[in-house]
Amino acid sequence: MLDLFTEFFREMAENHPRWNFIFFYQGVQAEKIWLGLKYTIFLSVTCLFFSVVIGVVGAWLQGSNMRLLRSFVQGYIQLFRNTPPFVQLLFFYFALGQLTPTYSPDGWLEVPIISSVGWAIISLSFFAGAFNIEIFRAGIEAVPDTTIEASEALGLTRLQTYIYVVLPLGFRVSLPALNNNLVNLIKTTTQAFAISVPELLYQSVRIWNDYPSAQYPAMLLLFVVYVGLVGIMVFGMNRWEQKLRIPGYGN
Amino acid sequence: MTTSAPWTPDQPIVSLRDVYKSFGSLEVLKGINIDIMKGEVICIIGPSGSGKSTLIRCINALNDIQKGSIKVEGQEVHTDKLNKLELRKKIGMVFQQYNLFPHKTALQNVMMAPLLVLKEDKASTEKRARELLAKVRLADKEDAYPGELSGGQQQRVAIARSLAMQPDIMLFDEVTAALDPETVKEVLLTIKELAAEGMTCILVTHEMGFAREVADHIYFTDRGVIVEHGAPETFFDNAQDERTKLFLSQIL
Repeated sequence: MLDLFTEFFREMAENHPRWNFIFFYQGVQAEKIWLGLKYTIFLSVTCLFFSVVIGVVGAWLQGSNMRLLRSFVQGYIQLFRNTPPFVQLLFFYFALGQLTPTYSPDGWLEVPIISSVGWAIISLSFFAGAFNIEIFRAGIEAVPDTTIEASEALGLTRLQTYIYVVLPLGFRVSLPALNNNLVNLIKTTTQAFAISVPELLYQSVRIWNDYPSAQYPAMLLLFVVYVGLVGIMVFGMNRWEQKLRIPGYGN
Repeated sequence: MTTSAPWTPDQPIVSLRDVYKSFGSLEVLKGINIDIMKGEVICIIGPSGSGKSTLIRCINALNDIQKGSIKVEGQEVHTDKLNKLELRKKIGMVFQQYNLFPHKTALQNVMMAPLLVLKEDKASTEKRARELLAKVRLADKEDAYPGELSGGQQQRVAIARSLAMQPDIMLFDEVTAALDPETVKEVLLTIKELAAEGMTCILVTHEMGFAREVADHIYFTDRGVIVEHGAPETFFDNAQDERTKLFLSQIL
């Protein structure tokens, strides 16, 4: 079965020189794609997680009594929402990357403590996190003051009210917008290519630089993989949204 | 704090002295004095915008005051040293719009505060929550979400939720104002039973018949002051003040 598969693509490459699906019949190339896929998924999941954490914490700080703290969060949002994510990535890697200390694992080579993958995670999480704060804030503001008041009248602290009342309700309201932002985040991980994070786009470009005949197939693969990845996430989020739906509330 | 002697039940459980409250330049309360004894049921009535709701919201510190003093069980409420948690353990509150937690079932709504605030264990909290829901005649609705309940049912869950904290005092802020006429009765019945058990109740209400029936004392407020107060019979049948008479003639 597998032989048939590889044989088909090998033959196709011979007959149609522009359609060289080399990663389907050459082990080395296939491994590049697998590695790229793993990095893309790792990057997406990690950034997704941290951006949501930044969103939740940021939205909580925005409701703080301390003006300085609120201005700080506001400044962060403005900075990261209003500048191109690509420029942010380059800034983190090339500017801040220069300032971070290095270490030497083997006594010869100096390696920065934050790798390109590390910078990609930091940069993309902060970028998506800025949007998530705004998304969660909108959700939180949709929670009626009277519900919060009831919680306070029962003796719950501000933090307890946030965790058990405001967040669960606001989160449900935020889900559709969050969904959108996370879709964008997954797609934006391809920019990590520019700082040589070995994710899927990086690997694809590597392949078609070596084998120009594989360019169309690699691009096609990229589209299919991203449609698949985003599709899986959206499917999961929609299922979650349904699961969180409160009987008799909204809809 | 001037609590030299501890509070004893022969002193007012809630005591308001010369309370002033304004929102910006709008004066809402202009020198309110009320004393409530343990186990008493008092009703505050009056035209809309006369400060009734603000008045009871000051008692559990949902609103602050500009001047005067409010004491609950001898403890001053409006002071920097206030322990809000201790205050709110003593006072339950039920709102006009029920304000249940829509993402929790009826049972979870009732259990939430005892678990989180009183740190009680789950088994005994659940047992008491069940008893309370049975008490407000909603034993069969434990697993229903607020959105699946009628207004009257939601309001009774809200009452059970407050009672779960085992408060000494209950505040009711126009709790039947948002209800359909046919469900008003079931909520009033629940409050009546509560009053009969000796719970100290402070109600803001437009239900004159109910006020007359359950209240030990009626306060009539207008434009931020208490115009007249008295036992229900004298208040309703023998009002002295012109404003009271006008109000009663319009509403009865």
